[in-house]
Amino acid sequence: MAMLAHEMKASYAFIERNFFLTKRYWGWEIAFLVYSVAGALSVSLIGADVGSARLLLTLMVGAIFWNYLSVVFSWIAETIAVERWEGTLEYTMMAPIRRTTQLLGSVVYAMAYGLIHTAVILVELVLFFPQMDLSKANFGTALIFVVLGSFSFVGIGIMAAILPLLYVERGAQMTFVIQSVILLVSGVYYSVTILPGWMQVASRLSPATYVLDAVRRALIDGAGFGELVHDAWPLVVMGIVFIPAGVWLFGRAERYAKRTGKLKRVG
Amino acid sequence: MTATLTPELKNRGREPSVPVAPAGVNVPAGASDVPALLIEGVTKRFTVGRKRKPVVAISNVSLRLERGDIHGILGANGSGKSTLIRLVSGLLTLDEGRVEVFGHDLVRDEMAVKRLINRVSVDAAFFKKLSPMENLLFAARLYGLDGATARRDAIRIMERLGIGSKRIGRPVEQMSRGMQQKVAIARALLTSPALLLLDEPTTGLDPRSKLEVQTFIEEVRDSHDATIVLTTHDLAEAERLCRRITILNDGRTVAEDTPDGLKRLVADRFGEPPTLHAVFMTYTGRSLDDDVEEDESGDDTD
Repeated sequence: MAMLAHEMKASYAFIERNFFLTKRYWGWEIAFLVYSVAGALSVSLIGADVGSARLLLTLMVGAIFWNYLSVVFSWIAETIAVERWEGTLEYTMMAPIRRTTQLLGSVVYAMAYGLIHTAVILVELVLFFPQMDLSKANFGTALIFVVLGSFSFVGIGIMAAILPLLYVERGAQMTFVIQSVILLVSGVYYSVTILPGWMQVASRLSPATYVLDAVRRALIDGAGFGELVHDAWPLVVMGIVFIPAGVWLFGRAERYAKRTGKLKRVG
Repeated sequence: MTATLTPELKNRGREPSVPVAPAGVNVPAGASDVPALLIEGVTKRFTVGRKRKPVVAISNVSLRLERGDIHGILGANGSGKSTLIRLVSGLLTLDEGRVEVFGHDLVRDEMAVKRLINRVSVDAAFFKKLSPMENLLFAARLYGLDGATARRDAIRIMERLGIGSKRIGRPVEQMSRGMQQKVAIARALLTSPALLLLDEPTTGLDPRSKLEVQTFIEEVRDSHDATIVLTTHDLAEAERLCRRITILNDGRTVAEDTPDGLKRLVADRFGEPPTLHAVFMTYTGRSLDDDVEEDESGDDTD
């Protein structure tokens, strides 16, 4: 029990530290938020321009929920990259905590930050498009899929966080490329059916594909969870597989970094 | 036999000015036969590039530190000083040999060792936008301290190191290099390490800051029973602080004795003047000035 309390306290250390960082970088946080709102509005306005309420909602859901997933992914994937940048990686790695404790703290903060960030964008868009019809929307189902999708994204984020551990100079850039590929293949702003065949295969491996499809159908068509089981089970499987796989791979990567001396250098 | 070493136990009978050991850490109590640090036959190799031969950074190094010692490690750049510190810190894996901290094996009982040690490196690494207090709070929580205790101890340690209360809340990036290094030392002391690894902690500090840090290191040793490994380029510092000194050259131990013993050795055996500078020159084959110049030019290989 004492051990668990220690680990929880240590987990909170990462939540608190990330909060401090957010507070200290408040100028960038506002800039990032303004950029995100502007981006979501710009994309949604394409739907308004075409005069299609369905397209407007489709694009809006894509913009809002991609923002959430990408924010969660970035915070987790940059767990190591940020410490490399600041030069604190060795100090964190020599602290008497389990790596799962560190990752848990990063995940909790990422999800809380992502929800707040996305809520602000959502409110802005709702205010901007007051004519939007959400009378059929099934918010409960949408929320379930966002939560389910978060877990599988956490797993991918943990795997991506390994890259800055293994590749001192290029690791952070690699995580950015992974995020870009997920954006491309997941049907964020279009149906994945228009993608080339090989890209459609890749889209099936992305949790964002299932989250966005389910959230769109829940919010636009009012679909219930029972109608979206085909989107739910891949997310459950991915969450169950990706998170333990990510933690295991992270451990292997840490041992490799300690064997080869890659914790030392600051990227 | 082991006992839980709490700050209260260790500070019994004396006025505490800094905390000593984290609660719940198992340090063998009063066991004079259990060394604070035991390094036996440690070897570390690095492979740079796929087809190249491994470079031996540390070769069959052994060391034994008793509780309360300050042990100096001297050597030229690339001699393996920092690699040895990283090996003891668990930041590098051992290729051969073993390391024990207060009887805990580094490989088998890594978490127990981690609770007992902390390190200050030559580069004061912080989240630069965060304040000293925010950085120290983060470190303290990782070592199991609660927020209120951490804040109280952090203020006390930083005040002792001359970091005024006005500076505690400002971003670290606004502090001078010397001040940042003091915060780094405060961070290490906050977690009350039984074994403190100081990797060139005074390099780059102005004379006043250097003196303050050296005095503080002595105070930590004298009043709190801490064991300290100190790597340094400052021979006067080594002579002032260290009970024994190990000289590393190309990853190997080439000499080890008390400062006076080393000076006598070079005077008797090589006819050199009895100074640590002569000792350094004799055993590393180079001038300390060359070493410092190389260090300042950005070489970071050791």
